[in-house]
Formats: sequence, structure tokens, C-alpha cells
Amino acid sequence: MDVVYRLLPESLPSWIAVALSAAIPAIILITLMALGPILYVYAERKISGFMQDRLGPMRVGPYGLLQTIADAIKLMFKEAIYPAGADKVLFILAPCLVVLGAFLPFVVIPFGKYLVTADLNVGIFYVTAVASLSTVGLIMAGWASNNKYALFGAMRSAAQIVSYEIPAVMALLTVVMIVGSLSLQDIVAVQAGGLQNWLLFRYFPLMPVAFLVFFTATLAECNRAPFDIPEAESELVAGFHTEYSGFFFAMFFLAEYTEMFVVSATASVLFLGGWQSPFPREWTAWFPIRLSPLWLVGKAWFLIFVHMWLRWTLPRLRVDQLMHVAWKVLLPISLTLVLVIGALVTWGPNRFPWDQLAGVVLSIGILAYLVLTAVAAWRSRARRIKETAEMAA
Amino acid sequence: MKKWFKDLWEGFYTVLVGMNITWRHLFNTNVTLQYPEEKWQLPPRSRMRLFMKYEDCIGCGQCVRACPVSCIYIKAEKRPTTSPAIFAANGQPIKLDVSVFDIDMSLCCYCNLCTYPCPTDCIYMTPEYEFANTDLTQHLYRFAKPNAKFLTVNPKTPATPPAPKTPPAAPPAPAAPATPASGAPPATAPAGA
Amino acid sequence: MATNLWTQSRQEDDLDTDEMIVNMGPQHPSTHGVLRIELRTDGEVVKAARPHIGYLHRCFEKHAENVDYPGVIPYTDRMDYVASMGNSLGYALAVEKLMGIEVSPYVQTIRVIMAELQRIASHCVAVGTYGMDIGAFTPFLHLLRDREKILDLFEWTCGARLLYNYNWVGGLSHDVPDGFVKACRQFLREFDRITHPELMDLLIGNKIFVKRTARVGVCPVDLAISYDLTGPNLRGSGLPRDLRKDEPYCGYERFDFQVCVGKGEFGPVGSCFDRNLVRALEMAESAKILHQAVDALEKMERADVKEKVPKRVKPAKGEVYSRSEAPRGQLGYYIVADGTAVNPYRVKVKSPCFTAMSVFHILSKGMYIADIIALIGSLDVVLGEIDR
Repeated sequence: MDVVYRLLPESLPSWIAVALSAAIPAIILITLMALGPILYVYAERKISGFMQDRLGPMRVGPYGLLQTIADAIKLMFKEAIYPAGADKVLFILAPCLVVLGAFLPFVVIPFGKYLVTADLNVGIFYVTAVASLSTVGLIMAGWASNNKYALFGAMRSAAQIVSYEIPAVMALLTVVMIVGSLSLQDIVAVQAGGLQNWLLFRYFPLMPVAFLVFFTATLAECNRAPFDIPEAESELVAGFHTEYSGFFFAMFFLAEYTEMFVVSATASVLFLGGWQSPFPREWTAWFPIRLSPLWLVGKAWFLIFVHMWLRWTLPRLRVDQLMHVAWKVLLPISLTLVLVIGALVTWGPNRFPWDQLAGVVLSIGILAYLVLTAVAAWRSRARRIKETAEMAA
Repeated sequence: MKKWFKDLWEGFYTVLVGMNITWRHLFNTNVTLQYPEEKWQLPPRSRMRLFMKYEDCIGCGQCVRACPVSCIYIKAEKRPTTSPAIFAANGQPIKLDVSVFDIDMSLCCYCNLCTYPCPTDCIYMTPEYEFANTDLTQHLYRFAKPNAKFLTVNPKTPATPPAPKTPPAAPPAPAAPATPASGAPPATAPAGA
Repeated sequence: MATNLWTQSRQEDDLDTDEMIVNMGPQHPSTHGVLRIELRTDGEVVKAARPHIGYLHRCFEKHAENVDYPGVIPYTDRMDYVASMGNSLGYALAVEKLMGIEVSPYVQTIRVIMAELQRIASHCVAVGTYGMDIGAFTPFLHLLRDREKILDLFEWTCGARLLYNYNWVGGLSHDVPDGFVKACRQFLREFDRITHPELMDLLIGNKIFVKRTARVGVCPVDLAISYDLTGPNLRGSGLPRDLRKDEPYCGYERFDFQVCVGKGEFGPVGSCFDRNLVRALEMAESAKILHQAVDALEKMERADVKEKVPKRVKPAKGEVYSRSEAPRGQLGYYIVADGTAVNPYRVKVKSPCFTAMSVFHILSKGMYIADIIALIGSLDVVLGEIDR
């Protein structure tokens, strides 16, 4: 926002300048982020396909690249059915609120040193507050559908989101305590210098646990598996978006995938160093342009991939088990973490001595493991293709 | 209390094990065949579309009796004694004029029971499966040809008994599923021919 | 008075309760076939459940009276369409018992191989779709990939992938092709080393799966016996009854295998988890039997599989009841022959899924709605067999 303000000519009256410097980044951001779900839906279908030994969409466009666009066009042309007796105003307002709750957090997420729409000094607080708007939209959707099962599903979904917000906020409270500021740019600035300085590895092993708590809690907030009872197809109660068809359903869908990106981006800002590159500055100083937005988006995409990975691996939790996990597992862990890390920050060292080493070792270890298993699987695939060809011959 | 920690650890660990498996499958083979560009090679014994060689049919009606769903309908009359003698490919004389030989493929249950009793092996199942149609009546195959060219000379010497009944769709010793029988039935089949 | 649950509940208590009648209609992604379940629920808890069957009734037993004995076999295939080798095997054994035909060991070995391959394939569907009902979509596809390999073997042998018409009265319809032993061993290699361990790790061992199923749908042993549960449902409740061990048929006494029983490691014995665990372990046991049977087949020399098939199946007057261990339980055929016709006088089938469904209304009392789906899947019902 400041960037745009400074670029505008001096002669403009101040209110126009302020309005433009708010509007232009917002428009750019919304456009870019709204294109995100197109990619994520395609990625989800392809990744789920490959994990299940099949190919995913292949027909629409080369390798099925245009599949999401075809789905979007189909949804837009579908008839928007209003159920009889539904509250028309609330029925239309509900998806708008859900989408709003998904897009508003983008205002504070920093994509680079100067690439942030508004660096509010209550950054992270703003994100949590605004993300809860979607809960209101959800309940509205269930109520306005005039369908007892949709209401049922909406209530369950709302209860799930509200219950999981608490461990999520507790986990990010630990980050705030370490950094000392709510502003997201400050949080990123603390993690400068490379992989070992990331907040993920402070007070090892406490902060990794905080990251896992945050990741799990936000997974549940997005209604993603294994917490996707509200939107499961094979359950009896069909969920809050039963009565929505066509364009409104597309909005819910859009909101869900954007929400996924929001929580992944937030997690990468809080724990994974935001727009900072994982390599120390000296290694990449020679590069002509700064790749900060790419780092943030890359980290967020990696976390989205982990979301999808979990969805296609795990079965669903039942509603009461879901609540058990929130209140009896995540909440005690996060409360303990807040207490311990609070104590450490106030009276203890800034970081444990083995943090940086543990961080580097752990990340290289995980990366190496993933790469090696991928290579091994690839080679066994090549071998199996060869074997099948020989058998047939 | 200990149970709580144990549950937590087990949950975490089994999730990681599962993720390991799916990660490996991400890079493993895909088993999808892109139909219709890539087609599965059907083995020669495949029981798909029925075919019947009219010139070999002696009109005995064994296939009609064997069929559990009554999808074959035959109308046959004795040939007048004045007409020339005709023979099937395995030497059996054809004593009946088969005026109607209809198989309704929409009723057929693809059990292959009709092929075994046939004395001349004129009815058999082929590996051709792409015969979907938008009109149900197209599935009624009329095999009776009004001007069929029957064999008037016995191809086998009279002393030889007809060939032993073997199921026609089981050639010996393919080592692996071979290409589908390229001797696909000639396009006599659909109604109206 | 009409007998649906709504009128029943109106009559039972005059107080206006919060109960709803919920219909899991005949079209539902999770009932395994066209099954309609009427649930009376109080909020999330089910008070009563009544299954309605008959949507897939195709008059099998009436058809059997109108076709001859070999012609009944395509009809038996279509009852439990997921596991047809088992159906036709049961029928062939029954008619052979009626006529006093003894098949050669060669035919018996092939029959065992086909039956065990079919058992693995059927359990693949059962466990896979159960995982899908619980929410794990991936194991279903992995298991179906293996089922496709088995169906390829069947297609190679007899020409059909699902409804085989393979086990005939007195023999088989086709001999196994050359190279069958090698292909079978290749399948077993992949199954033993990759598919089965992955299934156990990905689905059965998963903590979420365990938590979802381990205390749900507990069927105590005496309830299971009194409602005539058989097969994996009974073995899941702890009782080691397997017809292949207790009353061996078709040469099963030659093979060495364990009877898998539910042990209640994570909850009471007889839960959904136990039944599923039994099915998953039975796949490994079937693989064991297959190894032995394939080795035995390799040593035998080829014989004529149609040697004992009678020209005309016309049993003398009499009746027989014969049962076999189908993948879903004890499948029984009661055949009455009147000695004069080529058609059976009466063929009655005792279907294992029918009796499994009969215990549903007891087990479903007090469950959550989400667990109803878990329960149906764990009983492994196939409507084709229930309705015939």
C-alpha cells in the first residue's frame, strides 16, 4: 500500500491517492488469489489420482488442465435453485459472508518486504478475527436453507470451527510471545537469515509441537479431512451447502480453497519464515531480483499439498471424536505450550542452544527422506513397467 | 493419563505411516488405460458378442434348449427330399431349412451355454464388446440368410464321424492374453440385413 | 394398522418427543446395494432401525424351476455378484452330492484356486468400500487394482470378468490356460509383498480407523449365534467356525491355513473393527492356501475337466442340502429333485447376507447415525444375495 502511495503523482488530492493506494493492491490481490482455487482444485484431483494409482482428469485440455475451468463454467450455468420457504436475503448473503471471511485476511499477509496491502500492527489478531466471519456465513447458510439436515450440518460445522479456533489461537500466541509483536511483518523479520532462524525450530521441540497444533487446528477450521464430517458425501446428514446449487455452490467451493491458502500462508508466515528464503542471504545475494512472493507462495503451496496428502490418507473422524481431539487433546497441549513458552521468553534464554542445528538437521532429513522414497518409487515404477512389458511379450 | 499419551503417540505415528504409503504411491505406476486410445487386449476365450455361421447350422435346436434365458429363436422345416443335399463344414448333412435364426443380444446373459451342445460348432462367442447401440431393436440379430451358399459337396469322407465337440473359443496354449481375435464376425448381424 | 415406525412410535408414547423418522433411501452411496433403512432417531442417536429389502428381487428360485440344472448356474452367479465363483461352487457341490458324482483331484484343486482367488477379490471390495464409507478413499482404489488383476486371471481362464458360469455340475467349463500357474504366482507375489502390508498399514492400523470402528456395532457371540451370523461376521465375534475346517469340502483338508478370529484388541470382541480385521487377515490366509494349491496344481498333470460332467443332468428323486464357505458366510443350497424332469423341482438358497442383515435392527439401537453406515459396511451385505 505504501509502495503504491509513493508511486502515485504528488498532484493527486490526498483522498484519491489513499483510495487508489488501497484499491489497486486489493484488486491485484483478489484477482491473483481468486485464480488460486483453479489451480488447487486441479492439483487436488491430480494428486488424489496419482496417490490412488490412477490418472485424474486427462480429457479436458492437455492432461486435464482445463478441467477446473470447465467445472466453473458448468457451475455458473447451472440453475440457481431457491428452496421453498427459504429466507431469500439470508440465502444469498450467506455465501457472500463465507467468501468474505476467506478473502479478507489477505490484506495483512506480507508477500515481500514492501509487498503487503496493509501492515496492520494488529496483524495476526486481525486474521483470526476476520476468519471467523465465515462461521456466521455458515450458520446463515444452514438456517436459510429451510432444511433440518442442512441446519444440523451447519450447527455441527460451526461447533467444529469454533472449537478448533481456540487451540489455533493458543498456538499462535506462542509465536506472538516470542516475537513480541502482533504485526506479521515483524514476525517475518524475526525469522531473517535462513532456515535455522525459523520460528518452527525455536525452543526445539516445543515450537514444532506448536506448529503441529496450529496446522491440525486450521485443518479442522477449513473442514478438510480428516475433519470433514460436515461436507462428507457418504454421511447421512448432507451438510450446510445441501440446498445450494450452481453459482452459490461455486462460491462455497472457492471460499474453502481460498481459506486453505489463507491458513497455509498464515502458517508459513508464523512458523516457516514467510517471504524469507531458507538460504542465508549471502548465498543468494547475487540473484538480480528478490523472489520473496515466490517463497511465500511456495511455502503456502507446500502446506496445501500436505493438506491434500492428509485428506487422501486418513479416514474421517466422527463428530464427537472431533470434539474430543479439540478439547481434550489440542487444547491441553496448546495451553501447556503457552505457559512453558511464556515462562521461557520471560525468564529464559532467547533460544535453546541446539535449536539451529536441530532445525537444519530435521529439515534436511525430512527432505532427503521424501526425495529418496520418491526416487525409489519412481524406479520401482520403471521396473514394473518393464516387467509387465516382458510378461506380455 | 498414560493412555492419553499412548493414544496421542499412536495417532501421530500411524498417520505418518499412512502418509509414507501415499507418498510412495504418488510416484508409482498409474494403472489407468485411456480408453478409447488404449484398449485392453481381451484374451481369446472372452465371452462377448455371439456369432453364428449360418452355413453350418443344421437346425437341431440344441442351443435353444441350452439357453437359460431363451434368447435364441429358431424356425426350421424339413427340406423337401427333392432339393440337393447340403453339408456343414464338419461333414454333417443339413436336413432342415432354418428359415429364422434370431438371437436377442439384449436378453443374452453371456453364459456360453449355447456353444457347447452345437454339433457343428457354428455358434460361438467372440471377444468383440463394442456393439453398444441407441436402439434396442438393433440388438436382435437375425442370422438367417435367404440366399446362403451352402456346401453341396461333403467336405469330409462319409466314413469319418463328425469332428469331436470342442469349445470353439479355447485355442490351446496362449502364454499370455493375446490380441483379440481379428477374425471378428463380418457385419452380418444387425436387424434389417 | 400400518406397521411403519412412525405409527408405531405414535402409539407407543403419547408425549411429543423430538424423534425424527429418517430414511436412508434405496439410493445411497453407502448402503451396499439398493437397501432402504428407516431410522427413528432422537437427535443424533438412533432409537430404532428397520431395513427394507426386496428392491433387487429377481425371482431366482422361480427361474431355477424353469431351466435345467446346468442352466441354473448363470442364475446363481448373479446372486452375490461380487463373489460369483462361490455361488456356483456351492450349487455344483449340491447337485454333485445329489447325483453322487465325485470329481477328480485336479478339478478340486482348480476349484479351490478359483474359490480362494474369489475370496480375496470379494474381501477387497468389502474392506475397500468399508474404508470408503469411513472416509479413507485411497485403500479402496489400491484394493480394486488388485481385484482387477484377479479378474484378469478369471477372464483369461473362462472368458468373463464378473459372472463366470465356471463351476459346472461334475467339473468345470474350461481348463486353466497354459501359464496360469506363473501368472497366479506373479499376482501372489505382488499381493503378499505390496498390497496386503500396505492395506494393514494404511487402513487397518490407522488410529482414526480404529477409533471409528473399535467400539461400534459390538455383536456378542451368543447374539451372533442366535441370529445365525456366519462367516467373517461370526468369526469377528470370536468363534472360530469355518466350514472349510469343520466340514471340509472340495479338497480343503489338504491345505494348511488358520481360521482368523476377532480378538478385541482395541475394544470389545465383535466390533466392526474385529469383523473387518478378520476379512483383512483372511485375505492373507487365502493367499497362503493359494500358494499351496498352485504348487499342487503344478505337480499334477492335466486332466479332462469335463470328464465327469453328465450329458444330461437328471438326478434321481431326492433332496439335498449342501453348504459351503462363501466369502460372506455359509451359503446353503437346498435342492429337491423329483426324478422325472431336467429342471429342479425346487432350489432354495440360504443366503448369509440375509441372516447378517437380520441382526441389524438389534445392533443399531443406541448408535449414532454416522455409525449406522459403519455397521452396514462391516456386515458386508450384498443386496443381490439378500433379495435373490
